[in-house]
Amino acid sequence: MVTEAAVWAALADVKDPEIPPVSVVDMGMVTAVTLSGEGAVRIEMTPTFVGCPALEIIRRDVIQRLTQVDGVFGVEVTFVFDPPWTSERITDQGRQRLASFGIAPPMREATGNLLALNIVPPCPYCGSQDTHMENLFGPTACRSIYYCDSCRQPFEGMKQV
Amino acid sequence: MTIPNRPVLVELLYQLADDELVIGHRDSEWLGLAPHIEEDIAFASIAQDEIGHANTYFKLLEELGEGKADDLAFLRPATERRNAVLLERPNGLGTYLENPAFEWDYTVARRLFYDLFDSVRLEVLTFCSYTPLAQVAAKIKREERYHLLHHTTWFKRLATGTLESRRRLEGGIERAWADLGGLFALGGVPTGEIFPATTTEMVDRFTNQLKPLFAEVGIAWPRQPVMRPSIGADGRRGQHTGDLESLLATMGEVYRTAPGATW
Repeated sequence: MVTEAAVWAALADVKDPEIPPVSVVDMGMVTAVTLSGEGAVRIEMTPTFVGCPALEIIRRDVIQRLTQVDGVFGVEVTFVFDPPWTSERITDQGRQRLASFGIAPPMREATGNLLALNIVPPCPYCGSQDTHMENLFGPTACRSIYYCDSCRQPFEGMKQV
Repeated sequence: MTIPNRPVLVELLYQLADDELVIGHRDSEWLGLAPHIEEDIAFASIAQDEIGHANTYFKLLEELGEGKADDLAFLRPATERRNAVLLERPNGLGTYLENPAFEWDYTVARRLFYDLFDSVRLEVLTFCSYTPLAQVAAKIKREERYHLLHHTTWFKRLATGTLESRRRLEGGIERAWADLGGLFALGGVPTGEIFPATTTEMVDRFTNQLKPLFAEVGIAWPRQPVMRPSIGADGRRGQHTGDLESLLATMGEVYRTAPGATW
């Protein structure tokens, strides 16, 4: 019989379609795993951004991955807004993996207010604090664009939401 | 499940969905035409946010048995649309394909006013008695802060830039202000558990936040936003301009050409 731990382990293999090193578990998107006696799995996920076009891809990938788990017969993925996803939900491992991919992790709510534009993240490439914002908006809804004045590398940063 | 006040809830959801869909479409028309490439990216991203929000509201309508979300977005005639007229106004003369003479000043003014109005409205919606809508509003509110921040920055930049940028911004403010009252109109949504605020309360909250910004950059406060559209139509009651007709014709063209196609 399938265990909840096995389901979580499989979910850790499902990557963010736009950030391959980071899983949906790292992103804090999975809010509930429910198993029925018959091997039916119900997953609740909370979207990072409401308009994120990757949601249907994520749903498909979760279903594909969990269907391969022994003892699973039927997977249902539901997107919920309770609790709302905030960038505080990204795990420490997720933050490290974002940085390894060249995306500065979002600022912690305790250390920076997004409305203060002069508070910028350190460069994920060289670690310098000598960075500035280039564009509040970036290639995806969840990212901004920054520039490192030390190593002269443009980089992206995950928005604090 | 029985939904208390279902007709009111449905009416409100159409206002929310149509507002976001129509302004999101106008935003998307700036792609390739914005003042610089960073702004192209910004407006593409903002448009994507707004269309995503519209989609979420349409899905709530779908769950309430109103029909498929895509059909609601693309097939309803202008007379059934509930967006405020301010949001359907074109970005300027021409179209994005032919001789676009779009007005950045008007866009910044309209966008700032809408974002501020929307933040006031979303705050009200977090107290909506229909929990699924209250939850969606709480989430969307966190995203919309970025839009408001962005357009506040632009507003200050134009106001304190050159004499010409300031003169143009003042013109944009004047044109957007003429339609402002229509944003706050509630159409068929009475104040109550579904929408616990009055038009007057929303106008007051809006004014209290916008007046200090006008004062900061030394632009005279135009006048109190009128409660009812003083000129033109009340979009909340399905009265619209020809500009919405042409917007809908463009937006739904592909959907109508290939019914049932999946993308």
